Amino acid sequence: MESKFKVNTEGKWYDNVDLAWRMNEYDEFAVEQAVQVKDQVGEADVTVLSIGIDKVKETMKKALAMGCDRGVHVNDDASYAKDPFEIASIIAAFARDKGFDLIFTGMQSQDRGSAQVGVLVAEMLGLPSVSTIVDFAFDNGQITAKRELEGGLRAIIKTQAPALLTCQLGLNTPRYPTLPNIMKAKKKELLTLEVATLLQDGARQETVKMYVPEKKGGGLVLEGDVGAIADQLVQILKEKTGVLA
Amino acid sequence: MKTLLVAEYREGALLNATYELVAFAEKLGAESAMFLVGSDTALPKYDGTLYLADVAQAGEFNPAVHKQLLLDVIAKEQPELIVFSHSSYGWDLAPRVALALNAAQISEVVDVAGNTFVVPACNAKLRRDLQSKTAQTVVTLQGGAFGLSAEPSGTPKVEKIETATASPLEFGGYEAVEKGGVDLTKAEIIVSAGRGIGKAENLEMISQLAEALGGEYGASRPVVDAEWAEHNRQIGTTGQTVSPKLYVACGISGAIQHLAGMKKSEFIIAINTDKDAPIGEVADVLAVADLKELVPALTERIQKL
Repeated sequence: MESKFKVNTEGKWYDNVDLAWRMNEYDEFAVEQAVQVKDQVGEADVTVLSIGIDKVKETMKKALAMGCDRGVHVNDDASYAKDPFEIASIIAAFARDKGFDLIFTGMQSQDRGSAQVGVLVAEMLGLPSVSTIVDFAFDNGQITAKRELEGGLRAIIKTQAPALLTCQLGLNTPRYPTLPNIMKAKKKELLTLEVATLLQDGARQETVKMYVPEKKGGGLVLEGDVGAIADQLVQILKEKTGVLA
Repeated sequence: MKTLLVAEYREGALLNATYELVAFAEKLGAESAMFLVGSDTALPKYDGTLYLADVAQAGEFNPAVHKQLLLDVIAKEQPELIVFSHSSYGWDLAPRVALALNAAQISEVVDVAGNTFVVPACNAKLRRDLQSKTAQTVVTLQGGAFGLSAEPSGTPKVEKIETATASPLEFGGYEAVEKGGVDLTKAEIIVSAGRGIGKAENLEMISQLAEALGGEYGASRPVVDAEWAEHNRQIGTTGQTVSPKLYVACGISGAIQHLAGMKKSEFIIAINTDKDAPIGEVADVLAVADLKELVPALTERIQKL
Protein backbone atom coordinates (compact mmCIF):
# COMPACT_ATOMS: atom_id res chain seq x y z
CA MET A 1 0.00 0.00 0.00
CA GLU A 2 1.85 3.03 -1.20
CA SER A 3 0.63 6.57 -0.92
CA LYS A 4 -0.43 7.47 -4.45
CA PHE A 5 -4.01 6.28 -4.69
CA LYS A 6 -6.25 7.19 -7.59
CA VAL A 7 -9.94 6.40 -7.73
CA ASN A 8 -10.80 4.10 -10.66
CA THR A 9 -13.05 5.05 -13.57
CA GLU A 10 -16.00 3.21 -12.03
CA GLY A 11 -15.58 5.51 -9.02
CA LYS A 12 -16.01 2.75 -6.44
CA TRP A 13 -12.47 1.56 -5.72
CA TYR A 14 -8.89 2.60 -6.31
CA ASP A 15 -6.95 2.07 -9.50
CA ASN A 16 -4.52 -0.88 -9.42
CA VAL A 17 -2.11 0.76 -11.84
CA ASP A 18 1.19 2.20 -10.57
CA LEU A 19 0.80 0.82 -7.06
CA ALA A 20 3.56 -1.11 -5.31
CA TRP A 21 1.95 -4.30 -3.98
CA ARG A 22 2.83 -5.96 -0.69
CA MET A 23 1.28 -8.12 2.00
CA ASN A 24 -1.31 -6.39 4.20
CA GLU A 25 0.81 -5.23 7.15
CA TYR A 26 -1.43 -6.85 9.81
CA ASP A 27 -1.29 -10.17 7.95
CA GLU A 28 2.50 -10.26 8.24
CA PHE A 29 2.07 -10.58 12.01
CA ALA A 30 -0.53 -13.33 11.49
CA VAL A 31 1.80 -15.32 9.20
CA GLU A 32 4.72 -14.88 11.61
CA GLN A 33 2.64 -16.04 14.60
CA ALA A 34 1.49 -19.17 12.76
CA VAL A 35 5.08 -20.00 11.80
CA GLN A 36 6.24 -19.41 15.39
CA VAL A 37 3.63 -21.88 16.66
CA LYS A 38 4.85 -24.40 14.09
CA ASP A 39 8.45 -23.84 15.27
CA GLN A 40 7.29 -24.36 18.86
CA VAL A 41 5.19 -27.52 18.49
CA GLY A 42 7.17 -29.14 15.67
CA GLU A 43 4.47 -31.26 14.05
CA ALA A 44 2.29 -28.60 12.47
CA ASP A 45 1.00 -27.84 9.02
CA VAL A 46 0.39 -24.22 8.04
CA THR A 47 -1.89 -23.20 5.17
CA VAL A 48 -1.94 -19.58 3.97
CA LEU A 49 -5.00 -18.35 2.08
CA SER A 50 -5.51 -15.22 0.02
CA ILE A 51 -8.42 -14.01 -2.09
CA GLY A 52 -7.94 -11.86 -5.16
CA ILE A 53 -6.41 -11.42 -8.58
CA ASP A 54 -3.49 -13.51 -9.81
CA LYS A 55 -1.07 -10.97 -8.32
CA VAL A 56 -1.84 -12.06 -4.72
CA LYS A 57 0.18 -15.22 -5.46
CA GLU A 58 3.31 -13.07 -5.12
CA THR A 59 2.28 -12.20 -1.58
CA MET A 60 1.55 -15.84 -0.83
CA LYS A 61 5.03 -16.79 -2.04
CA LYS A 62 6.43 -14.47 0.62
CA ALA A 63 4.30 -16.25 3.25
CA LEU A 64 5.56 -19.62 1.98
CA ALA A 65 9.14 -18.32 2.17
CA MET A 66 8.45 -17.22 5.76
CA GLY A 67 7.59 -20.83 6.60
CA CYS A 68 4.01 -21.66 5.64
CA ASP A 69 3.62 -25.15 4.12
CA ARG A 70 1.05 -24.51 1.39
CA GLY A 71 -0.81 -21.71 -0.27
CA VAL A 72 -4.46 -21.51 -1.30
CA HIS A 73 -5.27 -18.82 -3.81
CA VAL A 74 -8.98 -18.09 -4.14
CA ASN A 75 -9.11 -16.64 -7.62
CA ASP A 76 -11.42 -13.63 -7.78
CA ASP A 77 -11.03 -10.69 -10.17
CA ALA A 78 -13.77 -8.83 -8.29
CA SER A 79 -12.63 -9.34 -4.67
CA TYR A 80 -12.26 -5.56 -4.34
CA ALA A 81 -16.02 -5.21 -4.74
CA LYS A 82 -16.89 -7.78 -2.06
CA ASP A 83 -18.01 -6.73 1.40
CA PRO A 84 -16.61 -8.09 4.70
CA PHE A 85 -19.48 -10.59 4.99
CA GLU A 86 -18.70 -12.09 1.57
CA ILE A 87 -14.94 -12.24 2.23
CA ALA A 88 -15.56 -13.96 5.59
CA SER A 89 -18.03 -16.38 3.95
CA ILE A 90 -15.38 -17.45 1.42
CA ILE A 91 -12.76 -18.09 4.13
CA ALA A 92 -15.25 -19.91 6.36
CA ALA A 93 -16.42 -22.10 3.46
CA PHE A 94 -12.81 -23.12 2.79
CA ALA A 95 -11.95 -23.72 6.46
CA ARG A 96 -15.17 -25.48 7.51
CA ASP A 97 -14.12 -29.11 6.95
CA LYS A 98 -10.35 -28.68 7.35
CA GLY A 99 -10.13 -29.04 11.13
CA PHE A 100 -7.67 -26.18 11.69
CA ASP A 101 -6.62 -25.88 15.35
CA LEU A 102 -5.68 -22.23 14.99
CA ILE A 103 -6.68 -19.55 12.51
CA PHE A 104 -4.77 -16.27 12.48
CA THR A 105 -5.94 -13.22 10.54
CA GLY A 106 -4.83 -9.60 10.49
CA MET A 107 -7.06 -7.50 12.76
CA GLN A 108 -7.99 -5.47 9.67
CA SER A 109 -6.89 -4.70 6.14
CA GLN A 110 -5.06 -1.51 5.29
CA ASP A 111 -7.45 -0.56 2.50
CA ARG A 112 -10.91 -1.41 3.88
CA GLY A 113 -10.05 -1.41 7.57
CA SER A 114 -13.41 -2.88 8.60
CA ALA A 115 -11.89 -5.06 11.36
CA GLN A 116 -14.79 -7.50 10.80
CA VAL A 117 -13.55 -10.42 8.71
CA GLY A 118 -11.63 -12.45 11.32
CA VAL A 119 -14.36 -12.24 13.95
CA LEU A 120 -17.03 -13.06 11.33
CA VAL A 121 -15.13 -16.16 10.18
CA ALA A 122 -14.94 -17.41 13.78
CA GLU A 123 -18.65 -16.79 14.36
CA MET A 124 -19.53 -18.56 11.09
CA LEU A 125 -17.45 -21.57 12.16
CA GLY A 126 -18.66 -21.50 15.77
CA LEU A 127 -15.14 -20.96 17.09
CA PRO A 128 -14.06 -18.75 19.98
CA SER A 129 -12.18 -15.68 18.80
CA VAL A 130 -9.92 -13.11 20.40
CA SER A 131 -9.41 -9.91 18.42
CA THR A 132 -6.59 -7.35 18.35
CA ILE A 133 -3.98 -9.51 20.05
CA VAL A 134 -0.52 -8.15 20.89
CA ASP A 135 0.70 -11.23 22.76
CA PHE A 136 0.10 -14.94 22.21
CA ALA A 137 1.12 -18.07 24.08
CA PHE A 138 0.16 -21.64 23.19
CA ASP A 139 0.55 -24.58 25.54
CA ASN A 140 -0.91 -27.91 24.54
CA GLY A 141 -4.16 -26.42 23.20
CA GLN A 142 -4.40 -23.76 25.92
CA ILE A 143 -4.27 -20.22 24.54
CA THR A 144 -3.34 -17.14 26.53
CA ALA A 145 -3.62 -13.97 24.49
CA LYS A 146 -3.46 -10.29 25.33
CA ARG A 147 -5.85 -7.90 23.62
CA GLU A 148 -4.80 -4.33 23.08
CA LEU A 149 -7.21 -1.78 24.53
CA GLU A 150 -7.09 2.01 24.43
CA GLY A 151 -4.77 4.11 26.59
CA GLY A 152 -1.93 1.63 27.19
CA LEU A 153 -4.09 -1.15 28.67
CA ARG A 154 -4.19 -4.84 27.78
CA ALA A 155 -6.77 -7.51 28.61
CA ILE A 156 -5.59 -11.05 29.31
CA ILE A 157 -7.85 -13.65 27.65
CA LYS A 158 -7.66 -17.42 27.92
CA THR A 159 -9.34 -19.91 25.65
CA GLN A 160 -8.89 -23.34 24.12
CA ALA A 161 -8.04 -24.40 20.56
CA PRO A 162 -9.65 -24.60 18.05
CA ALA A 163 -9.84 -20.81 18.03
CA LEU A 164 -9.32 -17.76 15.83
CA LEU A 165 -7.06 -14.84 16.66
CA THR A 166 -6.91 -11.45 14.90
CA CYS A 167 -3.44 -9.92 14.99
CA GLN A 168 -2.56 -6.34 15.84
CA LEU A 169 0.66 -4.59 14.78
CA GLY A 170 3.56 -5.28 17.14
CA LEU A 171 2.41 -8.82 18.06
CA ASN A 172 5.82 -10.18 17.05
CA THR A 173 8.67 -9.34 14.67
CA PRO A 174 7.82 -10.70 11.21
CA ARG A 175 10.88 -12.41 9.75
CA TYR A 176 12.47 -11.57 6.43
CA PRO A 177 12.52 -14.60 4.12
CA THR A 178 16.08 -15.83 3.52
CA LEU A 179 17.28 -16.65 0.02
CA PRO A 180 17.38 -20.44 0.65
CA ASN A 181 13.82 -20.26 2.00
CA ILE A 182 12.68 -18.24 -1.01
CA MET A 183 14.12 -21.00 -3.24
CA LYS A 184 12.41 -23.71 -1.15
CA ALA A 185 9.10 -21.83 -1.31
CA LYS A 186 9.06 -22.17 -5.11
CA LYS A 187 8.58 -25.92 -4.67
CA LYS A 188 5.72 -25.64 -2.18
CA GLU A 189 2.13 -26.40 -3.16
CA LEU A 190 0.09 -23.41 -4.35
CA LEU A 191 -3.47 -24.42 -5.00
CA THR A 192 -5.92 -22.23 -6.90
CA LEU A 193 -9.67 -22.39 -6.25
CA GLU A 194 -12.33 -20.44 -8.11
CA VAL A 195 -14.29 -18.11 -5.85
CA ALA A 196 -17.64 -19.35 -7.18
CA THR A 197 -16.99 -22.76 -5.60
CA LEU A 198 -16.84 -21.18 -2.12
CA LEU A 199 -19.26 -18.25 -2.16
CA GLN A 200 -23.02 -18.68 -2.16
CA ASP A 201 -24.22 -15.52 -0.38
CA GLY A 202 -24.52 -11.98 -1.71
CA ALA A 203 -23.22 -8.69 -0.34
CA ARG A 204 -24.96 -6.96 2.56
CA GLN A 205 -23.67 -3.51 1.76
CA GLU A 206 -22.62 -1.61 -1.32
CA THR A 207 -20.16 1.12 -2.16
CA VAL A 208 -21.90 4.12 -3.67
CA LYS A 209 -18.64 5.89 -4.43
CA MET A 210 -15.01 6.29 -3.44
CA TYR A 211 -13.28 9.65 -3.46
CA VAL A 212 -10.41 11.76 -2.17
CA PRO A 213 -11.53 13.63 0.97
CA GLU A 214 -11.69 17.39 0.81
CA LYS A 215 -8.80 19.11 2.55
CA LYS A 216 -10.12 20.75 5.70
CA GLY A 217 -6.86 22.05 7.08
CA GLY A 218 -6.16 25.66 6.21
CA GLY A 219 -2.61 25.50 7.56
CA LEU A 220 0.36 27.28 6.11
CA VAL A 221 2.45 25.18 3.71
CA LEU A 222 6.20 25.84 3.55
CA GLU A 223 8.13 24.47 0.58
CA GLY A 224 11.49 24.91 -1.09
CA ASP A 225 14.99 25.40 0.31
CA VAL A 226 15.51 23.63 3.65
CA GLY A 227 17.53 26.51 5.15
CA ALA A 228 14.81 29.00 4.23
CA ILE A 229 12.11 26.76 5.74
CA ALA A 230 14.13 26.48 8.96
CA ASP A 231 14.39 30.29 9.13
CA GLN A 232 10.64 30.64 8.58
CA LEU A 233 9.89 28.06 11.27
CA VAL A 234 12.05 29.92 13.82
CA GLN A 235 10.16 33.11 12.98
CA ILE A 236 6.79 31.33 13.35
CA LEU A 237 7.84 29.80 16.68
CA LYS A 238 8.73 33.28 17.94
CA GLU A 239 5.57 34.96 16.72
CA LYS A 240 2.88 32.30 17.12
CA THR A 241 4.01 30.32 20.15
CA GLY A 242 5.51 31.29 23.47
CA VAL A 243 8.08 28.52 23.44
CA LEU A 244 11.16 30.51 22.39
CA ALA A 245 10.49 33.35 24.82
CA MET B 1 -35.76 5.72 12.66
CA LYS B 2 -34.96 3.83 15.85
CA THR B 3 -31.42 3.25 17.14
CA LEU B 4 -29.85 1.21 19.91
CA LEU B 5 -26.69 2.75 21.34
CA VAL B 6 -24.14 0.36 22.85
CA ALA B 7 -22.42 2.19 25.72
CA GLU B 8 -19.01 1.23 27.10
CA TYR B 9 -17.74 0.70 30.60
CA ARG B 10 -14.22 -0.13 31.73
CA GLU B 11 -12.45 -0.46 35.08
CA GLY B 12 -15.50 0.69 36.97
CA ALA B 13 -16.31 3.77 34.87
CA LEU B 14 -18.54 4.72 31.95
CA LEU B 15 -16.47 5.70 28.90
CA ASN B 16 -17.03 9.19 27.50
CA ALA B 17 -17.21 7.81 23.95
CA THR B 18 -20.74 6.76 24.96
CA TYR B 19 -21.84 10.38 24.45
CA GLU B 20 -20.58 10.34 20.86
CA LEU B 21 -23.19 7.64 20.17
CA VAL B 22 -25.85 9.99 21.58
CA ALA B 23 -24.54 12.78 19.32
CA PHE B 24 -24.76 10.46 16.31
CA ALA B 25 -28.43 9.66 17.04
CA GLU B 26 -29.04 13.38 17.55
CA LYS B 27 -27.46 14.17 14.17
CA LEU B 28 -29.71 11.58 12.50
CA GLY B 29 -32.76 12.94 14.33
CA ALA B 30 -33.38 9.34 15.43
CA GLU B 31 -35.10 7.86 18.46
CA SER B 32 -32.74 5.95 20.72
CA ALA B 33 -32.43 3.48 23.55
CA MET B 34 -29.17 2.56 25.25
CA PHE B 35 -27.51 -0.72 26.21
CA LEU B 36 -24.86 -0.96 28.91
CA VAL B 37 -23.05 -3.68 30.76
CA GLY B 38 -22.09 -1.58 33.73
CA SER B 39 -23.23 -0.54 37.13
CA ASP B 40 -26.06 1.58 38.53
CA THR B 41 -23.40 3.53 40.43
CA ALA B 42 -22.05 4.94 37.13
CA LEU B 43 -25.08 5.65 34.95
CA PRO B 44 -24.85 7.74 31.78
CA LYS B 45 -26.44 11.20 31.72
CA TYR B 46 -29.11 10.28 29.22
CA ASP B 47 -32.85 10.79 28.81
CA GLY B 48 -34.21 7.50 27.54
CA THR B 49 -34.44 3.80 28.26
CA LEU B 50 -31.22 2.21 29.46
CA TYR B 51 -31.02 -1.59 29.30
CA LEU B 52 -28.54 -2.33 32.05
CA ALA B 53 -26.79 -5.64 32.74
CA ASP B 54 -24.79 -5.88 35.95
CA VAL B 55 -21.07 -5.96 35.21
CA ALA B 56 -20.50 -8.09 38.30
CA GLN B 57 -22.36 -10.91 36.53
CA ALA B 58 -21.77 -10.22 32.81
CA GLY B 59 -18.12 -9.09 33.09
CA GLU B 60 -16.44 -6.09 31.46
CA PHE B 61 -15.18 -8.24 28.59
CA ASN B 62 -17.27 -11.25 27.71
CA PRO B 63 -18.35 -11.16 24.05
CA ALA B 64 -20.59 -14.26 24.08
CA VAL B 65 -22.58 -12.98 27.07
CA HIS B 66 -22.74 -9.36 25.85
CA LYS B 67 -23.86 -10.58 22.42
CA GLN B 68 -26.75 -12.56 23.90
CA LEU B 69 -27.82 -9.67 26.15
CA LEU B 70 -27.80 -7.38 23.11
CA LEU B 71 -29.74 -9.80 20.92
CA ASP B 72 -32.44 -10.02 23.61
CA VAL B 73 -32.76 -6.23 23.74
CA ILE B 74 -32.71 -5.95 19.91
CA ALA B 75 -35.52 -8.52 19.66
CA LYS B 76 -37.59 -6.36 22.00
CA GLU B 77 -36.70 -2.89 20.68
CA GLN B 78 -36.42 -3.73 16.94
CA PRO B 79 -33.97 -0.92 16.17
CA GLU B 80 -33.00 -0.27 12.55
CA LEU B 81 -29.51 0.81 13.60
CA ILE B 82 -27.31 -0.72 16.30
CA VAL B 83 -24.52 1.73 17.10
CA PHE B 84 -21.12 0.94 18.64
CA SER B 85 -17.92 2.91 19.10
CA HIS B 86 -15.14 1.79 16.74
CA SER B 87 -13.08 0.77 19.76
CA SER B 88 -11.47 -2.42 21.02
CA TYR B 89 -14.84 -3.26 22.61
CA GLY B 90 -16.98 -2.19 19.65
CA TRP B 91 -15.06 -3.75 16.77
CA ASP B 92 -14.90 -7.03 18.68
CA LEU B 93 -18.58 -7.25 19.60
CA ALA B 94 -20.25 -5.61 16.57
CA PRO B 95 -19.50 -8.36 13.98
CA ARG B 96 -20.76 -11.04 16.37
CA VAL B 97 -24.07 -9.19 16.70
CA ALA B 98 -24.28 -8.33 12.98
CA LEU B 99 -23.85 -11.96 11.92
CA ALA B 100 -26.49 -13.19 14.37
CA LEU B 101 -28.93 -10.59 12.97
CA ASN B 102 -28.06 -11.30 9.30
CA ALA B 103 -27.31 -7.59 9.17
CA ALA B 104 -24.70 -5.54 7.33
CA GLN B 105 -22.01 -3.93 9.45
CA ILE B 106 -20.49 -0.63 8.38
CA SER B 107 -17.25 0.09 10.25
CA GLU B 108 -15.60 3.32 11.39
CA VAL B 109 -18.28 5.74 10.28
CA VAL B 110 -17.06 9.35 10.19
CA ASP B 111 -20.19 10.99 8.79
CA VAL B 112 -23.77 10.18 7.89
CA ALA B 113 -26.38 11.66 5.55
CA GLY B 114 -29.72 9.84 5.33
CA ASN B 115 -28.93 6.19 4.64
CA THR B 116 -25.40 6.86 3.37
CA PHE B 117 -22.47 6.27 5.72
CA VAL B 118 -19.04 7.77 5.09
CA VAL B 119 -16.02 5.65 6.06
CA PRO B 120 -12.27 6.07 5.54
CA ALA B 121 -10.27 3.77 3.25
CA CYS B 122 -6.57 3.18 2.53
CA ASN B 123 -5.23 4.55 5.83
CA ALA B 124 -7.59 7.54 5.62
CA LYS B 125 -6.20 8.68 2.27
CA LEU B 126 -9.57 7.99 0.60
CA ARG B 127 -13.22 7.96 1.66
CA ARG B 128 -16.09 5.66 0.72
CA ASP B 129 -19.85 6.24 0.80
CA LEU B 130 -21.60 3.01 1.81
CA GLN B 131 -25.20 1.88 1.99
CA SER B 132 -26.64 -1.10 3.79
CA LYS B 133 -28.77 -3.65 1.94
CA THR B 134 -30.27 -5.24 5.06
CA ALA B 135 -33.28 -4.22 7.17
CA GLN B 136 -31.17 -3.80 10.29
CA THR B 137 -27.68 -2.34 10.17
CA VAL B 138 -24.81 -2.39 12.65
CA VAL B 139 -22.44 0.58 12.62
CA THR B 140 -19.26 1.46 14.51
CA LEU B 141 -18.34 5.14 14.87
CA GLN B 142 -14.84 6.54 14.58
CA GLY B 143 -13.77 8.17 17.86
CA GLY B 144 -14.14 11.95 17.79
CA ALA B 145 -16.18 12.02 14.57
CA PHE B 146 -19.40 12.97 16.33
CA GLY B 147 -19.56 15.48 19.17
CA LEU B 148 -22.47 16.52 21.38
CA SER B 149 -23.98 19.95 20.80
CA ALA B 150 -24.34 20.46 24.58
CA GLU B 151 -23.05 18.98 27.85
CA PRO B 152 -24.61 15.55 28.43
CA SER B 153 -27.58 15.64 30.76
CA GLY B 154 -30.58 13.60 31.78
CA THR B 155 -31.51 10.57 33.85
CA PRO B 156 -32.10 7.21 32.19
CA LYS B 157 -35.08 4.97 32.76
CA VAL B 158 -33.27 1.80 33.81
CA GLU B 159 -34.44 -1.67 32.79
CA LYS B 160 -32.33 -4.46 34.27
CA ILE B 161 -31.43 -7.37 31.99
CA GLU B 162 -29.58 -10.66 32.44
CA THR B 163 -28.72 -13.87 30.64
CA ALA B 164 -27.40 -17.33 31.43
CA THR B 165 -25.10 -17.72 28.42
CA ALA B 166 -21.82 -19.64 28.79
CA SER B 167 -18.59 -18.15 27.47
CA PRO B 168 -15.71 -19.90 25.66
CA LEU B 169 -13.38 -17.06 26.74
CA GLU B 170 -11.98 -16.48 30.19
CA PHE B 171 -11.09 -12.90 31.12
CA GLY B 172 -7.89 -12.84 33.18
CA GLY B 173 -7.83 -9.15 34.12
CA TYR B 174 -6.04 -6.09 32.79
CA GLU B 175 -2.40 -5.19 32.68
CA ALA B 176 -0.95 -1.77 32.07
CA VAL B 177 1.85 -1.41 29.57
CA GLU B 178 4.90 -0.16 31.54
CA LYS B 179 4.45 3.47 32.40
CA GLY B 180 7.07 5.14 34.57
CA GLY B 181 9.77 7.47 33.33
CA VAL B 182 8.53 10.35 31.24
CA ASP B 183 4.95 11.66 31.50
CA LEU B 184 4.17 13.19 28.12
CA THR B 185 0.74 14.36 29.22
CA LYS B 186 2.50 17.01 31.33
CA ALA B 187 4.96 18.14 28.64
CA GLU B 188 4.35 21.59 27.13
CA ILE B 189 6.46 20.93 24.08
CA ILE B 190 6.62 17.61 22.26
CA VAL B 191 8.66 16.71 19.19
CA SER B 192 7.44 13.41 17.78
CA ALA B 193 9.05 10.87 15.49
CA GLY B 194 7.14 8.83 12.92
CA ARG B 195 7.98 6.07 10.49
CA GLY B 196 9.55 8.76 8.28
CA ILE B 197 12.67 8.87 10.48
CA GLY B 198 13.64 5.68 8.63
CA LYS B 199 15.91 4.10 11.24
CA ALA B 200 16.51 3.96 14.99
CA GLU B 201 19.64 6.16 14.86
CA ASN B 202 17.60 9.09 13.55
CA LEU B 203 15.62 9.28 16.79
CA GLU B 204 18.66 11.12 18.15
CA MET B 205 18.01 14.20 16.00
CA ILE B 206 14.38 14.25 17.14
CA SER B 207 15.36 14.16 20.81
CA GLN B 208 17.97 16.89 20.16
CA LEU B 209 15.32 19.18 18.67
CA ALA B 210 13.06 18.42 21.65
CA GLU B 211 15.90 19.29 24.02
CA ALA B 212 16.71 22.51 22.16
CA LEU B 213 13.07 23.54 22.50
CA GLY B 214 12.99 22.54 26.17
CA GLY B 215 10.51 19.73 25.59
CA GLU B 216 10.22 15.95 25.39
CA TYR B 217 10.28 13.63 22.43
CA GLY B 218 7.39 11.34 21.53
CA ALA B 219 6.78 8.69 18.89
CA SER B 220 4.07 7.24 16.69
CA ARG B 221 3.03 3.62 16.89
CA PRO B 222 5.28 2.19 14.10
CA VAL B 223 8.35 3.69 15.82
CA VAL B 224 7.41 2.01 19.12
CA ASP B 225 6.50 -1.28 17.40
CA ALA B 226 9.93 -1.26 15.75
CA GLU B 227 11.40 -0.79 19.25
CA TRP B 228 13.12 2.45 18.26
CA ALA B 229 11.37 4.15 21.20
CA GLU B 230 9.82 3.00 24.49
CA HIS B 231 6.06 2.53 24.80
CA ASN B 232 5.82 5.38 27.33
CA ARG B 233 6.74 7.71 24.44
CA GLN B 234 3.84 6.55 22.25
CA ILE B 235 1.21 9.11 21.31
CA GLY B 236 -2.17 8.07 19.98
CA THR B 237 -5.21 5.96 20.83
CA THR B 238 -3.23 3.08 22.28
CA GLY B 239 -0.62 5.34 23.89
CA GLN B 240 -0.92 8.77 25.47
CA THR B 241 -3.32 11.56 24.60
CA VAL B 242 -1.50 14.88 24.78
CA SER B 243 -2.33 18.56 24.33
CA PRO B 244 0.93 20.53 24.62
CA LYS B 245 1.47 24.17 23.62
CA LEU B 246 3.62 23.01 20.71
CA TYR B 247 3.62 19.68 18.88
CA VAL B 248 6.15 19.04 16.14
CA ALA B 249 5.31 15.92 14.07
CA CYS B 250 8.35 14.67 12.19
CA GLY B 251 7.78 12.07 9.49
CA ILE B 252 4.31 11.22 10.81
CA SER B 253 1.72 10.68 8.06
CA GLY B 254 -1.19 11.16 10.45
CA ALA B 255 -3.09 7.90 10.90
CA ILE B 256 -6.41 8.58 12.63
CA GLN B 257 -5.20 6.80 15.77
CA HIS B 258 -2.27 9.18 16.01
CA LEU B 259 -4.35 12.29 15.30
CA ALA B 260 -6.75 11.28 18.07
CA GLY B 261 -3.86 11.49 20.52
CA MET B 262 -2.49 14.93 19.57
CA LYS B 263 -4.96 17.03 17.59
CA LYS B 264 -5.87 19.12 20.64
CA SER B 265 -2.34 20.51 20.81
CA GLU B 266 -2.36 24.33 20.75
CA PHE B 267 0.06 24.69 17.84
CA ILE B 268 1.08 21.93 15.45
CA ILE B 269 4.02 21.91 13.07
CA ALA B 270 4.33 18.95 10.71
CA ILE B 271 7.48 18.07 8.79
CA ASN B 272 6.75 15.65 5.96
CA THR B 273 7.93 14.95 2.43
CA ASP B 274 4.33 14.20 1.37
CA LYS B 275 2.35 17.40 0.92
CA ASP B 276 -0.90 15.38 0.92
CA ALA B 277 -0.24 13.47 4.16
CA PRO B 278 -3.32 13.50 6.45
CA ILE B 279 -1.25 15.20 9.20
CA GLY B 280 -1.70 18.35 7.07
CA GLU B 281 -5.39 18.34 8.09
CA VAL B 282 -4.57 19.24 11.68
CA ALA B 283 -1.26 21.08 11.26
CA ASP B 284 -1.01 24.87 11.60
CA VAL B 285 2.18 24.71 9.55
CA LEU B 286 3.22 21.96 7.16
CA ALA B 287 6.89 22.05 6.16
CA VAL B 288 7.33 19.95 3.02
CA ALA B 289 10.90 18.75 3.48
CA ASP B 290 13.10 15.80 4.36
CA LEU B 291 13.16 15.76 8.15
CA LYS B 292 16.73 14.41 8.09
CA GLU B 293 17.83 17.77 6.65
CA LEU B 294 15.30 20.12 8.20
CA VAL B 295 15.36 18.87 11.81
CA PRO B 296 19.14 19.35 12.31
CA ALA B 297 18.96 22.75 10.53
CA LEU B 298 16.14 23.84 12.83
CA THR B 299 17.90 22.55 15.96
CA GLU B 300 21.06 24.45 15.06
CA ARG B 301 19.17 27.73 14.63
CA ILE B 302 17.31 27.33 17.93
CA GLN B 303 20.50 26.50 19.81
CA LYS B 304 22.05 29.74 18.53
CA LEU B 305 19.21 31.94 19.80
